[in-house]
Amino acid sequence: MTFDWKWDFVWEIAPRLAAATLNTLLAAGSGYAIALVLGLALALGQRTRWPALTFILRETLEFIRSTPLVLQIFFIFYVGPQVGITLSPWVAGMMAIGLHYSAYLAEVYRAGIVAVPKGQWEACRALNMTTRDTYARIVLPQAVPQAIPGMGNYLVGIFKDTPMLSVIGVTELMQTANAIGSETYRFLEPYTLVGVIFLALSLPTAGLVRLLERVLRRKLGM
Amino acid sequence: MWDFLQTYGGRLAEGTLVTAAQFALATAVALVAALAAGLGRLSAHWPVRAAATTYVEIFRGTSLLVQLYWIFYVLPLFGISLPKLTAGFLSVGLNVGAYGAEIVRGSILSVQRGQWEAAYALSMSPWKRMRRIILPQALVLMLPPWGNLLIELLKGTALVALIGVADLMFVAKQINGSTFLSAEAFGTALVIYYLLARVLITPAMRRLERSMARRLGRA
Repeated sequence: MTFDWKWDFVWEIAPRLAAATLNTLLAAGSGYAIALVLGLALALGQRTRWPALTFILRETLEFIRSTPLVLQIFFIFYVGPQVGITLSPWVAGMMAIGLHYSAYLAEVYRAGIVAVPKGQWEACRALNMTTRDTYARIVLPQAVPQAIPGMGNYLVGIFKDTPMLSVIGVTELMQTANAIGSETYRFLEPYTLVGVIFLALSLPTAGLVRLLERVLRRKLGM
Repeated sequence: MWDFLQTYGGRLAEGTLVTAAQFALATAVALVAALAAGLGRLSAHWPVRAAATTYVEIFRGTSLLVQLYWIFYVLPLFGISLPKLTAGFLSVGLNVGAYGAEIVRGSILSVQRGQWEAAYALSMSPWKRMRRIILPQALVLMLPPWGNLLIELLKGTALVALIGVADLMFVAKQINGSTFLSAEAFGTALVIYYLLARVLITPAMRRLERSMARRLGRA
């Protein structure tokens, strides 16, 4: 087989790849939603009164961040059923991505919370606010805008990591390209198109994140 | 668990060696690519800048897995057939190199202006200025982010298992496939990756950071 790009073939597989792109976006979106919520919980969990909890959480997150996502996907997908939790590839994949990135997002939130000036905490104390109110009404509204650029970068990161879901059979872009390749013995067009689709989606998103960062910096007077 | 390690410890160790080799070779590729592209993006000649920017944007804009498959399955159609070991570390290295290029560029730009001006005032050639004055100082600045990037690189090498390189990830998958001891197989592999990152890479980078700072008289 030599190099010959066939446009006919490209149009033939375009609908399948378009459908798979939607799945990829869906996977990235739901993985990100899990990571956003879980990440916040993990960041707040490190700020309780119990040093043991902080220590355990910090080491666990370190572990999650230092090990490969693809291995974590396998672990959740294959070990789940053995302890009685059978997960569909989609659910297992979303859990793995959500968990992996929550470890990164916890760090982003933490940095945002630490950046809130000390006077804000003291003012809450002076006004006799509960811890809950302090976080919900004063600290987090100031911490989250700080954290938005970091959050945006990990959105792009999650998007680019979704092809790993193909290893457990989630029909996202990579899996679809593999399937097309093995049905037709043509790999040039599907793999190249997948690359082009990723570029076309991730470059503008990364650009938007940078723009948002600049706007935020101005708005927050940094 | 003990039985498991006795039976499969040898194979896991072999896989770990392959992972370590992939890591070392990919790191070499990443360093060269990052330095070339990082300097290229600061070049005075626009074709060099354009080439470096294209490389960085393509490799940062797509997934490592896509790049790996493309290099392994599509490049042969252009007449470039790479053995899977080479395709593996080359993809991982080029991918991480694109992120590294931004670190190189950023740290060169953050060397104090006075240093550039002093080198200029001593009428050093641009090459000599870069090599003797700017790069050594930039190196100290870029080491901490490189430490994080090398952990990402180690994690990236797990993907080469998907094109059939018999690394740690591959061995874990194989053991899982033949014995269904999923928790043991994948769990052990996870712990080995963690130890490689935390016991080897991070302390080695810390030591390098300290010794570089000392050599520049900053420790």
